[in-house]
Amino acid sequence: MQHVTKIYKGRGGTVDAVKDVSLKVEPGEIYGIIGHSGAGKSSLIRCMNLLERPSSGKVLFGGRELTSLKERELQAERRRIGMIFQHFNLLTSATVRENIAFPLVLAGQSKRRQAARVDELLELVGLQAHGDKYPAQLSGGQKQRVGIARALAAEPAVLLCDEATSALDPQTTSSILSLLLSINEKLGLTIILITHEMQVIRSICDRVAVMDAGRVVEEGPVLDVFLRPAHGVTKQFADELSELEGGAPLPRRAGSKLVRLHFVGEETYEPVLFEAVKGSAVQCAILQGTVSRMKHTPYGQLLVELSGSPSDIDGAIASLRSSGIDAEVLP
Amino acid sequence: MSGNLSALRSTGMDWSRIDPAEIWTATQDTLSMLGLSLVFTIALGLVIGVLLYLTSSRQLLYLPVVYSFLSLVVNILRSVPFIILMIAVMPLTKEIAGTTIGVAGTIPPLVIGAAPFFGRLVETALREIDRGIIEAAQAMGASKWDIVRRVLLRESRPGLLAAVTVTAITLVSYTAMAGVVGGGGLGDLAIRYGYQRYQTEVMIVAVVVLILLVQLLQMLGDWLVRKISRK
Repeated sequence: MQHVTKIYKGRGGTVDAVKDVSLKVEPGEIYGIIGHSGAGKSSLIRCMNLLERPSSGKVLFGGRELTSLKERELQAERRRIGMIFQHFNLLTSATVRENIAFPLVLAGQSKRRQAARVDELLELVGLQAHGDKYPAQLSGGQKQRVGIARALAAEPAVLLCDEATSALDPQTTSSILSLLLSINEKLGLTIILITHEMQVIRSICDRVAVMDAGRVVEEGPVLDVFLRPAHGVTKQFADELSELEGGAPLPRRAGSKLVRLHFVGEETYEPVLFEAVKGSAVQCAILQGTVSRMKHTPYGQLLVELSGSPSDIDGAIASLRSSGIDAEVLP
Repeated sequence: MSGNLSALRSTGMDWSRIDPAEIWTATQDTLSMLGLSLVFTIALGLVIGVLLYLTSSRQLLYLPVVYSFLSLVVNILRSVPFIILMIAVMPLTKEIAGTTIGVAGTIPPLVIGAAPFFGRLVETALREIDRGIIEAAQAMGASKWDIVRRVLLRESRPGLLAAVTVTAITLVSYTAMAGVVGGGGLGDLAIRYGYQRYQTEVMIVAVVVLILLVQLLQMLGDWLVRKISRK
């Protein structure tokens, strides 16, 4: 996407939903766009397959400029871009099988090929037993699985996910996310998703863009963006992730220093903190902490209080830094 | 006892004056007027309704001028009382059906009277469809015609069937009025015998048959809607 802007003209004046956004998504990656509601994520993802036509700017897909295509050509390109939705948007009058076959019917495939493809997809999303049910008879998670199967039916190169897990409970969310991740890994499918849930970004995304008020304020690999957030909104999301409380005053002893430690990768599981204070006169108290994973990378954050003589404390911090830990001394 | 009997006689009821064959013929005329006009009304009304829906604001073919014009025509046709409409379109009826009397002569006015009504009901039924479903179809590369055929008309089937039921019942009462201008059928029978010849019995029987017909249509319609609803 190059310099995409979307302006809505309404009775109450104009709304700039997307302001000069340029993004490049690489084949095979899972790209997340996070932002609070009203940040313009939904308009942005709709500009990608031109459900909303950008007011200005270009959308390029595999070398073709979608924004310059005629309606028929655009319809053909859209068959290579799957999309799933927050509210699933399944045909209520059609069975699960008929819903999944819909893109194949549009493409004019024979009944026999349709049936074979639908069988494959039902198996992929684990709904073999529900093919002849109607959407009203399914749970939210099952409906989204139908949505995914339908989006994949025409073998698209990209899957767009519009808040695909926002209407689901946490457990169902994780099962849908692991399905998306396995599809990405198995089929090499590029996935672009928008969400306001940090958990979604953390568990499956490779790269992330943070949106605020129509602009992309920060972009990069998930770990880099959230372990060292630069923008205020990114910090808010990062705090959600670290579960470290801000604001509340922490108990402190005289002469001690508060240090926030960031671990990334395998060092998360190493006894670095123990090594750093062992043999010195520094005492260490862990005040808060979290150890978790971002996609496949383990990471941890600890808030520790180091007490002892100033030189001993500095020595311990230097030792931590030398073992590759990001140690931030808090005021 | 004898006083009661004479009172009964004084109402003038003589059920022996009813000719079952005549009632049956009238019923058949009503049914053929209803059947034929309903088929054409559905065909024409679907086109009107889909066009109204597509050209209205924020829809696939947003065309405000076309919408306003179509909407105005529909409103005018719906405002004119049916009996006046029927007389007004007689020249057109002669062109289309070759006659202005009998069953054939009632079909054009019935369709012109009922199609705009059905068209509005179709428009309303289509508006009930979740926009997200249409958006999903667009995202899958569906053309506008695909969306009309495979999404709009399919998803609105229960609403459309309910609209057909209401329209069929409206047509039953229109056929009764059409009888006055020489259309035949149960309404014609009721007016000729009951009103003009003071044979109240025939009027009562004709009206009872009309009531049964309406009941039957409503029950059939409701049953079909229940059968195809998936929500």
